[in-house]
Amino acid sequence: MKIPYYPGCTLKTNARNFDVSTVASAKALGIELVELPRWNCCGTVHALAKDDVMHYLAPIRNLIRVEQMKEEGLTDMKKVVTQCAMCYNTLKRANAAANEDQEKMEKIRNNMEKEPEYSGRVEVVHFLEILEKGGWEELARVVKKPLADLRVVPYYGCLLLRPREFSIDDPDNPRVLKDLLEALGAEVVDIPFKAKCCGAYHTVHLKEVTAELSHRVLAQAAEAGADMLVTACPLCEFNLARRQGEMRKMHPSFESIPVVYYSQLMALAFGLDEEATAFQENDPDPMPVLVERGLI
Amino acid sequence: MSKLYYTYGPENASFKAKVEELSGENIDLCFQCGACSSGCPLTEEMDLLPSTVIRHAQLGVEEALESKTPWVCITCFDCEIRCPRGIDIANVMEALRQMVLRTKYDRFTLDQLTPEELRELPQIAIISNQRKLSA
Repeated sequence: MKIPYYPGCTLKTNARNFDVSTVASAKALGIELVELPRWNCCGTVHALAKDDVMHYLAPIRNLIRVEQMKEEGLTDMKKVVTQCAMCYNTLKRANAAANEDQEKMEKIRNNMEKEPEYSGRVEVVHFLEILEKGGWEELARVVKKPLADLRVVPYYGCLLLRPREFSIDDPDNPRVLKDLLEALGAEVVDIPFKAKCCGAYHTVHLKEVTAELSHRVLAQAAEAGADMLVTACPLCEFNLARRQGEMRKMHPSFESIPVVYYSQLMALAFGLDEEATAFQENDPDPMPVLVERGLI
Repeated sequence: MSKLYYTYGPENASFKAKVEELSGENIDLCFQCGACSSGCPLTEEMDLLPSTVIRHAQLGVEEALESKTPWVCITCFDCEIRCPRGIDIANVMEALRQMVLRTKYDRFTLDQLTPEELRELPQIAIISNQRKLSA
């Protein structure tokens, strides 16, 4: 199965470990993620003001690239898969907003005269949706190294689950990450704040506020005796992992806890090499606990 | 915002209509149950609770534009999944932000960061921050 893949900006820089582990573990499942030959920033946040059509152009342009891929024979599906929660939300919502309002669609077309006209028929999916559709039993069959005794806390963040209309799961009681991690053989513990905001873009100008919000999540994970927190969003990862120094300044007794992407644990459980798991790019380092559990 | 009560008169209609137009939300649906405020992770940083901002908007009180709350709102949509009346409160917050940003106002600009701070941040944080907080 070949699926057009939109990685988004941050997966090519700060979250490179998210990108490489995704592509490699997809391959182990027989899914070839074909990166769009040309793509641009999705805009990161959906334009919520009803008259703000201009900010639909960036996400829609990426969907035009998907249609071009199909015309060029690079894929046989009008579908694009994303991994970043913010890209997913932005592409999905711009697509929906353009499709439900012909006037907006016309405006978008008129503002991109040099581009082919967008048909409106590209489907935006999240990688987790593809995994879920493939079935957890099927996925478990690919596992070579079950993550036995690894105690993990899944963290969903906001945009995979909200707004309700664009959720990949039940926003009140999500379970897709739990099901996945259990299929990988891990011991999964739920925390009440599994979908509470990490502080998101306040990390730029309200660092302490972000650190406080992220600390609440990690404190629950620590209380649950987690070896690590598992995330699916590069901005969540930054706030939860890279703001731990700030957290320690505010809460001196705070002990650091590794934060990894779910795709990295997939790559590990599938028996892939360190190129694919890319744990060396995580900070705090998850290696000591993985070694302790006999997984590396 | 220091006033104890507000009354709705013809002079309040245009502000209310603008908020409804930009947000696409029917704010009169709100019956002040407070579910949005109880779920909001950022109320400690706000001067008005999200439900109070909605009340201001219902009454067409323009002082809502001077509140910190729309800037503190992080658009996490926790309120959206809780509202029993189906209002997307995040859209109302966006409408209020946009009304201020469109006067060429910047809530935050990147030149307030040191080069080191800027370098460590992922693009996703910088772009979303500026999309929400700068004209």
